[in-house]
Order: sequence, then C-alpha cells, then structure tokens
Amino acid sequence: MSDVHLTDEQRQLLDLVGDVARERFAPRAAEDEAKSRFPRDALAHLGSLDLAGLPFGSEHGGGGQPYGVYLRVLEEVARAHVVVALSLSVHTLATWAVASYAGDALAAEVLPRLTAGEWLGAYCLSEEGSGSDAAALTTRAEREGEVYVLNGTKAWVTHAGEADCYVVMVRTGEHKSRGVSTLLVPADTPGISFPPRERKMGMAASPTGQVVFTDARVPVANRLGDEGEGFRIALAALDGGRLGIAACAVGLAQCALDHAVGYAGQRQQFGRPIGQFQGVAFMLADMATGVEAARALYREAAARRDAGEPHGQHASMAKLFATDTAMRVTTDAVQVYGGYGYTTDYPVERLMREAKVMQIFEGTNQIQRVVISRGLLGSCSAATTA
Amino acid sequence: MRIICPIKRVPDTAADKKIDATDNTVDRDGSEPVLNANDEWSIEEAMRIKERDGAEVIVLCMGPEAAQTTIRKALSYGLDGAIHVNDEGVAGSDAVGTARVLAAALADEEFDLIIMGNQSSDARTMLVPAMLAEFLDLPALTYAKKLDVADGTATVQREMPSGHQVVEAPLPAVVSVVEAINEPRYPSFKGIMAAKSKPVATPDLAALGVDAGEVGLGGAWTQVDEITPKPPKEAGEKVSDDGSGNLGAQAVAEFLTKQKLL
Repeated sequence: MSDVHLTDEQRQLLDLVGDVARERFAPRAAEDEAKSRFPRDALAHLGSLDLAGLPFGSEHGGGGQPYGVYLRVLEEVARAHVVVALSLSVHTLATWAVASYAGDALAAEVLPRLTAGEWLGAYCLSEEGSGSDAAALTTRAEREGEVYVLNGTKAWVTHAGEADCYVVMVRTGEHKSRGVSTLLVPADTPGISFPPRERKMGMAASPTGQVVFTDARVPVANRLGDEGEGFRIALAALDGGRLGIAACAVGLAQCALDHAVGYAGQRQQFGRPIGQFQGVAFMLADMATGVEAARALYREAAARRDAGEPHGQHASMAKLFATDTAMRVTTDAVQVYGGYGYTTDYPVERLMREAKVMQIFEGTNQIQRVVISRGLLGSCSAATTA
Repeated sequence: MRIICPIKRVPDTAADKKIDATDNTVDRDGSEPVLNANDEWSIEEAMRIKERDGAEVIVLCMGPEAAQTTIRKALSYGLDGAIHVNDEGVAGSDAVGTARVLAAALADEEFDLIIMGNQSSDARTMLVPAMLAEFLDLPALTYAKKLDVADGTATVQREMPSGHQVVEAPLPAVVSVVEAINEPRYPSFKGIMAAKSKPVATPDLAALGVDAGEVGLGGAWTQVDEITPKPPKEAGEKVSDDGSGNLGAQAVAEFLTKQKLL
C-alpha cells in the first residue's frame, strides 16, 4: 500500500522499525511463545529507540506522531512478533488515559516514564462478571479523605503482574455507568496482588491475569478525570485501543500471508510448486485482498482520528474486519501448508491460535457490531446493551 | 576531542549490482543506495568514544546531491554535523582520487581521530584509509578490531589471518575498523528527527582547492578495462545414503579430502 504522504523522517522511522522487528523480534517469537516468556526486554528496546510513546506530545517525552504513523509501527512489529505489538498497544492504551486525563503533577511524574518505555502500563476494565457488559463492574473505591480504598478483582488484564502501573476502572457511585471512576494505581501499592496468570490457547508469551485489590489505598490525586467520568474515559480509550488491535491483526495476517506465499512457491506436488495450482493461488489472492482491505480500513479510521473527526464507529469497523480477516488468513495459511501447517514445527499454527483471541479482546466482534449499528441507528437500535 | 567519520553511499548490498557498460563503473541508480555497512561500525566506535569521553563527531562524505539522504542517516546515529563534498566532478574517482578529495576537505579542519570502515561494499579496494593517511601525513592504524584512545594515543588490535597485532600511534591518526570491533546500534527516533537540523557544510572541489582534472573518472590513475560477471554456480554433486550403512558419510569425507579440506 502506498505511503505517499509520509515525511522523510516518518519513512526512516518505519525503516528503522522494520529493521528492528525483522532482526530482533521475529527470530524469538516462536521461542517466547513456547516458553510462555513475556518479552519485556523487547518493549524496553523499543523504549530505548524512542518508540514507546510515539503518539504522545514531546513535552512529556513522546514522539509527537499522528496515530496513523503509530499504527503503521504496530503493524510492522506485529508482522514479526505479535505479542510485542500487542504489548505496545496495551501500553499505549494505558498511557493515553494518563496523557489525556491526569492532573499536571501526576502527568509530570508518570508520563515521561511511560513514554520512555521505562514503565509498562496496563488497563483494567473487565471483571469476572462484567465483560461485554463492562459498566456492570463492582470493584469499589471508597473515599476516605485524600485516598480511595479499593476492594475487588479485575480480570483478563494484559500485563497483570508485569506492569508498573494500572489504569483501573472502579465503582465510586451507584449509577451504572456514571458511577465509574478511573484511577492510576502503581504496581507497588500495598494491597494489590496477582493470582497465577491464565493458561491460554495462544499468546502464551503475553501475561493475562487477575489484579486483586484488598484495602489498597490510592491517593485521590491519582484519579484520571472527574469522579463519575471513568466509564466515558474507558470507552474513549478503547476507540484508540481498537485501532491498535486492528493494526496488530493486519501485521499478523501479513505474516501468515508472507509464510503461505513462500511455502506455496517452494512446496512441490505433481511436479510443480503448489502455488501454480489455481486452488492454492486463488486462496492466496483472497488472503492478500483481505489484508490490504483491512489495512485500508484502519488507516482510514486513523486519518479520521488524526483529523479530529469522530472515529469510534470506524475504529470498531477496523477492529471487526481486521481481526476476522486475520482469523481467516491464518486459517487459510495452515491450509496452504497442509499437514505441516498443523504441526508446531512451522509457524502458521501459532499465528492461527494468536488470531483467535483478537476476535474476542478489546470488545468482542459482536460488541463491535453493537457499536457500529448504534452509530447507524442511534437510539432506535435494537442492539442496545446498557 | 573531534572525530571525523568518512562514510560512503553504496548500492544496496542485497541487490544485484549493475554495471554501466559505457565506462565500466557501478550503475548507482540501479538500486536503492544505502550507508556502507562498514561505516556503521566506525560510527558506532566514534559514538562510544563520544559517550564515554565527550567528543564532537563529524561525518565526511563525497558524493552527489542525493548523498544527503545517506548523510542524514549517518547523523541519525547521534553525530554532530557533516561535511559533504558536493560536486558532480568527483563521479568515477578511483581510490587515489577519493583519498585526495577527502584529504582536501580536512586540510583546514581540526581533529584528533579519523575513524572509517576498512572498505566499501561496492569497490572493496581497502585502499582509501591508508591513502588518506598518506595525503594527510598521519599514521594509519588499519583493520582495527579493538580501539582504545587514551592520553593522546590510539592503540588498536589489528586483525590478522592468525591472530592480531597490537599497534599504537600518537593522535591525530587514521583508524580503519573491521566488523569484529563492535555491534552497531540502531538509530533512535529522536536521532532521526534531530538529524535534519544538524549543520552540513557543502564545499565543492573549487572551494577545497582541488584540481578537477586530478579526480573523477578523468583523473583516475586506474581504469577498469573489462568486467566479467562471476560464472553461475555449478550444479553440486549429490550424495545419497540408503540408510543401510555409512556410505553417504564416506562419500562426503572423500569429497572433502579431494578438495583438501580434510
């Protein structure tokens, strides 16, 4: 896909990310997954190259780049090692909430560490009983003077136990959505604990788990935005987060396509490469078309965001389409490899397992359809959940 | 301390090189040009000295206007400025012509060290570092796989086929480096952004007082008369083993013995 409107420096940035991803991240992806090893050092490496805070302002150490450039970087990283890209996306999701809603003193203290990649961020919205119905959350924050006292359990938290700070949606009032507030909780806060992480079908290198608060005391100064504004912040953060997932899904699908094309050109049956059979060649053509369409969709949504236009619906479309495409493309990549693709000796089965969760997290693809159809139908929508 | 890093813009090493049939020079428009890989080691070595002891590091490059992109790339590693000898008249220079121009560009510059790659990936003559030292009347420490700079002296381990020599020289000196010297860093994004505002001087041959007749293709002491492409690789010899004995291994051993490799 052409990138005619990028500046010379942005092209150099993408070349740099391509080099680092290909030389440093791709070679370790399979082993990180096999050993369930979180590539925290890869994130630190991105930080050392000033790549952990690209879409944030330079006054807090960010790169001052449009979202469209940041997403291209994510795609490039995901093409090599999707867990590193996912981690950068979640880190950015948490950092965005701090950059947009923290008071000056908190921002000055925390943001430079986050944008430098010195600190790793995490985002805690879901709970055991509130997934798609996110506003039903029950983790409570009782105010006692200048602190909130937190009790409850967050679930499905990416970076649980690994992050340095957690952006946590908590209940401070009785109204379902307007009774939610957002707090920034440092990982070393007494009363925070991390049960063993989830054992998953894929993305084992990415730690997912619960974050438990037991009388954890958090200063009121760590609140992001006003009391009761938390659910709005959570949803606004997800608009950006969903674009991040879309870009990660495109990178993952591109990786599967790269492998499938390479294999189809080299695997011989009936005396010629299998790519010369129409049955395989047309599959590759459909895979490539899907990847390119998904890429166009996330870039269009990013362009709207960068232009300051409403983009929530488009972010949901990009997330929905890109992750469904990644699922189909990775599944077809396994098909192109035949029996070899089903073995762990080749990378495509891992890519297929990694794609599956992308249809689920950051809002299931059913919830994306709710967001999109609500945008179309407004309050007439039958698909209203809250 | 002030360090000069001469660099070269070369055709992409991964691409097939094309030759201009009219004058037997490398067709530099044939592939996307890149920074010569060996220069990444010299830049890394200069940056390590800069970070350890403090130094101003200046890129020196001879080439056409388009070499600006290669110079910016070099600056993105954190170097401080550049001298770009920007003159179409240098095209086709051989090693002597190149060294002559680089020496002229440094005639009025203050510096303590020149650190450069031991060769360029396109010409591979490995001559320019020593010739530059000769033109500047400086000691040349070539093929360095380790460099220490202290108390006005440069000490290198000079890579040899069967070990290394330890050689030292008083500063200023020319040091050429080989791959074993370090692992080059990646530029940072802020380095990329800062590179565009670093100062780049752009003297032409006249400003340096170089006689245009002594450089470029016309002034070259050497000329390429003929170029023969490397013959394609011959088909190898296949050794099969039916699994019943060590016949395959034996055939491989015999082959290696015949080639005097065993």
